[in-house]
Amino acid sequence: MITMKEVWKTYPNGVMAINGIDIHIDKSEFVYVVGPSGAGKSTFIKLMYREEKPTRGTIKIGDEELSKIKERHIPLLRRKIGVVFQDFKLLPSLSVYENVAFALEVIEESKANIRKRVMQVLDIVRLKNKARFLPHELSGGEQQRVAIARAIVNNPSVLIADEPTGNLDPETSWEIMKILEEINDRGTTIVMATHNKEIVNTMRKRVIAIEGGRVARDDAKGGYGYER
Amino acid sequence: MKGRTLGRHVKEGGKNLVRNGWMTFASISAVTIMLFVVGAFLLLIMNINEFADSLEDDVEVRVFIDLTADEENQSELETEIQDIDMVQTVDFVAKEDGLESLITSFGDQGTYLESLREENPLNDVFVVQAQDPQQTQVLAEEIQTLSYVDDVEYGADIVEQLFSVTNIMRYAGIVLIVGLMFTAMFLIANTIKITIIARKREIQIMKLVGATNGFIRWPFFVEGLLLGVLGAIIPISALSYGYVKLVEVVQGTPELSFLTMTPPNPLILQMGGLLLGIGAFIGIWGSMMSVRKFLKV
Ligand SMILES: Nc1ncnc2c1ncn2[C@@H]1O[C@H](COP(=O)(O)OP(=O)(O)OP(=O)(O)O)[C@@H](O)[C@H]1O
Ligand SMILES: [Mg+2]
Repeated sequence: MITMKEVWKTYPNGVMAINGIDIHIDKSEFVYVVGPSGAGKSTFIKLMYREEKPTRGTIKIGDEELSKIKERHIPLLRRKIGVVFQDFKLLPSLSVYENVAFALEVIEESKANIRKRVMQVLDIVRLKNKARFLPHELSGGEQQRVAIARAIVNNPSVLIADEPTGNLDPETSWEIMKILEEINDRGTTIVMATHNKEIVNTMRKRVIAIEGGRVARDDAKGGYGYER
Repeated sequence: MKGRTLGRHVKEGGKNLVRNGWMTFASISAVTIMLFVVGAFLLLIMNINEFADSLEDDVEVRVFIDLTADEENQSELETEIQDIDMVQTVDFVAKEDGLESLITSFGDQGTYLESLREENPLNDVFVVQAQDPQQTQVLAEEIQTLSYVDDVEYGADIVEQLFSVTNIMRYAGIVLIVGLMFTAMFLIANTIKITIIARKREIQIMKLVGATNGFIRWPFFVEGLLLGVLGAIIPISALSYGYVKLVEVVQGTPELSFLTMTPPNPLILQMGGLLLGIGAFIGIWGSMMSVRKFLKV
């Protein structure tokens, strides 16, 4: 599903964030990306949805090579990848329903289809009863669930999450993880950068540890491996 | 693009106008002032041109025939003048007719000139009209070189002055208009930039969920268009109304009867169309400029 070959990324200011990464992630895999702060986890993730371009190397999502995609076709790539962030990135003036529907409006879905799909995903994240609420009327965990609903509403084959539980208390974090696992069970590939030791050690999945922009460890059912 | 989506873009664009209250007001005012000047200049220049044209039609070359020329020489000269390419018409005015109209033009005092009938001091004259009034001077100089021509006379000065006045007006107008146009465009670009900054997050999220640049651009396109078109409304209506009234006043005042004004009917329509076009153009241009910079990031 996702393949990186000899990928390097140096930021314009000279910071070498990724230094030669080779990785393959299969369809329907669930992968944690761990590592110390500043190790390059976020950069690794940004390369996947083409927020950043690699300085060197090739990245393939499905059978598309990112460097070969024309600038104006990037939106088409983004529609196949759902992205979730630590800070949720919801639009404050739109309701839960509208926030999720937004992702379908930009691809010009019909109103009936939008309605059907939004209700489906709100059911998955268990927020059907709060569809009319505004983001500030929700708890952090609920807001993150809205963000997840928006990320999966157009059926992406990959869901990428950068510290999705970073701002949440342990209990709420587990709620989110259950939802992500459910989504993964439906066949969606999930790549998730995290600092949450407890989650990684309890819900055992493949772990890719990044240090200094390189893969330091890649275990099929690994643990967190860092003391916080 | 689907109709429903277009509806969304128009709604978004309109919302932004309201949201940016003061900046919207400033942009529309800039467009209004600019179009006012453009429109006023346009009307003025059209009228001066019309006036110049009407004067030009009166411009003629008076060729004074040498007193020694007999009838045969005269008709030779007439043929020679007629053979010049630039010539449109040649009319012969005998010295008796010339004196007659001179006496008439003096009215009562003309009687003192009656005695001149005995010994007419005037020349026979050919009145020559050029095809293009602007050629009058060249034509006059050419006729001067023919034989049996005593002297030539033409109203060159008025014509040339008029032409230079219209030209200066035209250039000054263009410079002023271009300057104002840039000011308006700059203000519009700035207003839209504020809209964009306010919607930075929204745009970022739109891109994240796979919106194309075109989709993102549309509301700003609409906003720019609206700024330009709204700015055109006041100058178009005020100038049209003002011009119609002015023409009425001028035509109703006998002292001003020498002023030939361009009829309002096609003119204000043309002016309105032009102002609307310019307004829309700079609105769209201003907004697209600021969006382009932003989408590259
Ligand atoms: N846009 C940028 N421009 C320049 N340097 C950057 C940029 N983004 C990140 N970096 C640098 O690249 C390195 C890796 O950063 P990155 O955000 O990928 O780390 P991270 O592993 O996600 O850290 P954290 O766990 O704190 O989120 C850091 O040294 C950071 O300063
Ligand atoms: Mg990070």
